[in-house]
Amino acid sequence: MTRLAAAFAKGRPALVCFITAGDGDTAANLDALVAGGADVIELGMPFTDPMADGPAIQAANLRSLGRGTTTREVLMIANEFRERHPDVPLVLMGYANPMIRRGPEWFAGECAGCGVDGVICVDIPPEEDPELGPSLRAAGVDLIRLATPTTDAARLPAVLDGSSGFVYYVSVAGITGKQQAATASVADNVARIKRSTDLPVAVGFGVRTPEQAAALARVADGVVVGSALVELVAEHGASAPEHLKSLTRSLAEVVHSATLENHSSLRA
Amino acid sequence: MTEQKPNSFRNQPDERGHFGQFGGRYVAETLMPLILELDREYRAAKADPAFKAEFDDLLEHYVGRPSPLYYAPRLTEALRESAPEGMGAQIWFKRDELNHTGAHKINNCVGQILLAMRMGKTRIIAETGAGQHGVATATVCARFGLPCTIFMGATDVARQQPNVFRMKLLGAQVVPVTSGAATLKDAMNEALRDWVANVHDTFYIIGTAAGPHPYPELVRDFQSVIGTEARAQMLSRTGRLPDLLVAAIGGGSNAIGLFHPFLDDPEVGMLGVEAAGHGLDKQHAASLAGGFPGVLHGNKTYLLQDEDGQIAEAHSISAGLDYPGIGPEHAWLKETGRVEYTSATDTEALDAFQLLCRTEGIIPALEPSHAIAAIVKRAREMPEDSIILANLCGRGDKDIFTVAEALGVEM
Ligand SMILES: Cc1ncc(COP(=O)(O)O)c(C=O)c1O
Repeated sequence: MTRLAAAFAKGRPALVCFITAGDGDTAANLDALVAGGADVIELGMPFTDPMADGPAIQAANLRSLGRGTTTREVLMIANEFRERHPDVPLVLMGYANPMIRRGPEWFAGECAGCGVDGVICVDIPPEEDPELGPSLRAAGVDLIRLATPTTDAARLPAVLDGSSGFVYYVSVAGITGKQQAATASVADNVARIKRSTDLPVAVGFGVRTPEQAAALARVADGVVVGSALVELVAEHGASAPEHLKSLTRSLAEVVHSATLENHSSLRA
Repeated sequence: MTEQKPNSFRNQPDERGHFGQFGGRYVAETLMPLILELDREYRAAKADPAFKAEFDDLLEHYVGRPSPLYYAPRLTEALRESAPEGMGAQIWFKRDELNHTGAHKINNCVGQILLAMRMGKTRIIAETGAGQHGVATATVCARFGLPCTIFMGATDVARQQPNVFRMKLLGAQVVPVTSGAATLKDAMNEALRDWVANVHDTFYIIGTAAGPHPYPELVRDFQSVIGTEARAQMLSRTGRLPDLLVAAIGGGSNAIGLFHPFLDDPEVGMLGVEAAGHGLDKQHAASLAGGFPGVLHGNKTYLLQDEDGQIAEAHSISAGLDYPGIGPEHAWLKETGRVEYTSATDTEALDAFQLLCRTEGIIPALEPSHAIAAIVKRAREMPEDSIILANLCGRGDKDIFTVAEALGVEM
């Protein structure tokens, strides 16, 4: 069983935590997320033009690049994380251009070598899969695709075809940040996706508080929290780890104890 | 790769929106269904004679087409003075600066707003650099009564005040974008962010022949009126085709609009002129000359970027050329060798700007001044009976403050 599969097979919903690589003391911040109870780490690869992100993650990207973060450093952060945490899955999330700059085979090979379990690429839809997908699959790295409220029934099979690891359901048509989706519509959409795949479905975008996370954990296999954590990094700098750990802990408590309405482990 | 010479240069892109390895649809999943719908709707509109009739009618009576084809006698003479005996091509201009709103941008905006209405969209967004596309978009929105939001980098808002005021007069909301270097690239990011959040009712009028498929194709098609008219005008005035077409390139819409109808005329050479800014070894906006293939803003194309794929800030004195990418069809035309690409610096463009003012009594925009700068070099290498046809794609009223500042003149 892969690390990602194991993280979603604990008999309870998973908490997925996002921060941007190179923003603050990333190693210490990642350790705090794990200590707080994160089941999956999403590490953002900084990009100059983060088109799908709201102000908080945009600013994190620019702070990181302002400090001179390189692709090699991002991979090194992942590699060192893997050494410290052999069992916690880590996925890289970012935009196409930094991933394909040296060729997709190079990137996929580096990911595999650094213990990266999966990759989420915002701007490579199934239509452009040849740009990255075949290289990741050949290297044994999961390609985690995004499904959104606009992904209709006709498109869903194409989105799922070639996806692995988990499916990331973007709960709002919009960018990362503050707006939040109605739980009822998320429940319907997650159920719709789960009728078409055995992959776990995690829900993200706009999830900030334990209350929101608890509601979503009742209808999905995982909940993704990003901007709220990234804001703590911005606000607290060197003392961010303790704040990250405490928010992660309160999120993990409610997510892990949510009643399982849609959970994949109940399907068999 | 198998090297297969296409028998036509005019049948791109393929059905997936690829021009060779360039183009495509690199967008977030949220936008994908809308992009596919736009593609279907564009095919339907293209096949609908009523759509074409309405487009043509607006171009004639609202935009003021056809624009004249003009022989520039004094510029031709001025360039012959320093040319070797018997050399110095005739210079002709396609005068799209005489269009309503002062540039070629309006051709595309008329086409796209008709598409938007056909798709039942009720709100328009656009990005703008120099403000010309913003003004053209605000204009068609006023004409058809649709609300309009224009994203413009805060840096550009500051250096293009007259156009900001024009957009406001036309009823548009202008949103200054402060992220990044606060120029065109950042305005485009912000427009895309708005769009993903408002796909249900919003149409994004992209201002150049770039972005996700089908934008590069449809913008080219709407702008091809330039080349189609020019080809017929040149044939009827001189009985022949030009030897060389010249156009400035920001994203490449005025250039592809001029070039495309001539692509299968092998005797017609073509020269695209990028902005070399302070120089190709310094900060510039020449993505073909100084960039590498990559993915940004929905398409794969040449981009100014570092070894990690981070996008570089472009620089040009011309806000309309100040973009680190280029439309994918130009990337493909460069690779096939059908079109030649060169560049002109800020200083060369400023000189060319003044030259046209004084020889022809035409104040050009800084964008086509780059094309004129390239002509200054080329004309003297071509015999007197040869013809250069350049796209005078915008007038310079918007640029007089920038030019005054560059020349050290207090206004
Ligand atoms: C007059 C004029 N020419 C050219 C351009 C560059 O765009 P494109 O390369 O798409 O023609 C602009 C853009 O603002 C413009 O205003």
